[in-house]
Amino acid sequence: MSGERLARLLARLRQRLGREGAETPPAPPPGPIPARAQVAGEARVALFMRMARAVGSEVERVAGLEEVASAVLRYLRFHNLPKRLVVAPDPLLQAAGFERLALVEVRYGTAGADDPVGVTVADAGVAETGTLVLASSPERPTMLAYLPETSIVLLPRARLDGSYEESWQRIRERFGTPPRSVNFITGPSRTADIGLRLTMGAHGPKRLLILLVDRLEHP
Amino acid sequence: MEVASLAFHQAARRALADAELQRALARLRQNFQSRRAQAVAALPEFEALRRAGEAIRDHVLQHLDHYLERFVERAQAAGAKVHIAATAGEARRLVLELLQAHGVRRVTKSKSMVAEEVALAEALEAAGIRRVETDLGEYIIQLANEPPSHLIGPAVHMTEERIARLFAAAHGEPEEHDPKRLVAQARRVLRQAYLEAEAGITGANFLVAETGSVITVTNEGNAELTQGLPPLHIVVTSIEKLVPTMEHAFTLLRLLARSATGQEFATYTTVLTGPRRADDRDGPEAMHIVLVDNGRSAMLGSRLQPMLRCIRCSACMNHCPVYLAVGGHAYGWTYVGPMGAVLTPALAGIDRTYPLPEASTFCGRCADVCPVRIPLPDLMRVWREEAFRRRLAPLHQRAGLRLWAWLARHPRLYRRLFGLGVRLLAALGGRRRRLRRLPLAGGWTRARDLPAPEGPTFLASLERRR
Repeated sequence: MSGERLARLLARLRQRLGREGAETPPAPPPGPIPARAQVAGEARVALFMRMARAVGSEVERVAGLEEVASAVLRYLRFHNLPKRLVVAPDPLLQAAGFERLALVEVRYGTAGADDPVGVTVADAGVAETGTLVLASSPERPTMLAYLPETSIVLLPRARLDGSYEESWQRIRERFGTPPRSVNFITGPSRTADIGLRLTMGAHGPKRLLILLVDRLEHP
Repeated sequence: MEVASLAFHQAARRALADAELQRALARLRQNFQSRRAQAVAALPEFEALRRAGEAIRDHVLQHLDHYLERFVERAQAAGAKVHIAATAGEARRLVLELLQAHGVRRVTKSKSMVAEEVALAEALEAAGIRRVETDLGEYIIQLANEPPSHLIGPAVHMTEERIARLFAAAHGEPEEHDPKRLVAQARRVLRQAYLEAEAGITGANFLVAETGSVITVTNEGNAELTQGLPPLHIVVTSIEKLVPTMEHAFTLLRLLARSATGQEFATYTTVLTGPRRADDRDGPEAMHIVLVDNGRSAMLGSRLQPMLRCIRCSACMNHCPVYLAVGGHAYGWTYVGPMGAVLTPALAGIDRTYPLPEASTFCGRCADVCPVRIPLPDLMRVWREEAFRRRLAPLHQRAGLRLWAWLARHPRLYRRLFGLGVRLLAALGGRRRRLRRLPLAGGWTRARDLPAPEGPTFLASLERRR
């Protein structure tokens, strides 16, 4: 950019505010974190599941990675969905055994326009509102959770936080500078732009399945 | 977009007689007010969040130079390019130059009120660049060639029947009335547009100084598809949207969703920091952020500064008896309702907009529901004073106001005249004690009777009791 334009604007702002060379005091504290978000253990899991379901997500709890592939297959059958998965090229998902599922086509990579089902892993979950936090990386491309009509996201139980603030702290510690895109996703895509009637699947996924995995170590 | 706010009265009269619009507005009132009330009731911390939100926004505005400088530095360090546009014209020129430098002929665009404000759509059209709006509401009004009538529901003034006709004509398919099928049609058409676009234009809800990040909020997921698929992403937003850190952003995001649609949190909140990293498999190769001033810096240090706290939630219009009677188009420019009545005169000039701050009953609900506690009626009063000082209103209005002010300074005469008026109205009320018609208030009495005054004025009865 032209530094000149910025310098002109900054000079103008300082003149309007009458603070030539003045120090900036520390920012005021952020607002309170709602009490309901400050729960731990099974209460946190219960809150997450309740809030996620309230916004139209489906949540299934599985014991470990070995149960993930069969849970996905059950879901595809239940909703009568095409048995074609595009899966995040993440070592964890590559070890989930999707290839062993009978009659299911599996590809690892980012989603294309015609992929019906995308599978990826969340970096965190927020119990306060049943929100998933997905950070972009070469192993977990963003579009997996946006282009396909059905989005399936694994959430390791150990990464379920109470509030957005805790999840952001997790991102901060893990990446330093945030990755290109951090997506907070609270339910499937929706719109009320036609006659204020809530309709699902406006652009992004029509359905969102969260697989909450109890035992899962993920680097 | 031309400023058409001087025609507010004519436009309001037309709006009141428009049955379709009135149906849409009645539905809007029911929906938005009750949903917000429920969401607020479900969060005991809501008032504390409002106070914190107000303090955060005030602090940022008071030190905007500091946060802006930091944001620019961090965003550029993350690989984004930041551009400053002092005026609407500069903003249009900057965006066009970027698009032309990348050889772009087709863009997708998600919602940006700042882009509306600087009339970006017209500039793209003039340059022969095809633009497809991806927010469903924006897509609908693009088909109808109309401006938005609401901050977050741009097509909220339209009924399903009208949208069905628009879609049938635009998509060459039989007329469809089920919202599900209409949404599916738009999804198909917009999918194609996403894939063909050579650039995506989005707005921003917040800018984070700590990290140089841009935050977008949608329910549809269209902002992510708009910026995530093409090789070039351009953000068009304004200079006042800064917050110090993500923690501050979360406070405002908790307020925004509840105040806007009554949701606990919007479906998609995305934090973008720079373009695609070296090994990423998706995301734009280049990210440009255009920061528009266009009159905002002149509001700093003035009595209007609190207006810059606004986070564009739409709660003020959803609770405004005037907006809910006349709809958004009557306001004649991009920003509508109470927030528009304060912001539009600041950005477009009070001489072209003086009817807007008059379009209020000063009932104060807008200030009561504002998530960052902007004293909207007080700020409208600032504009009313300015308009009176500049003699902008027609002579009969100003003369009437002068006469009233003179009377108010002569209390004895004032009381006597009002006592007379009360007796006259009581006599006109007849045995039914109701007035079916009132000179100069024909619009008011068309739909209801005015109860005739009962007994003497308050001061007269007080005196008698003594």
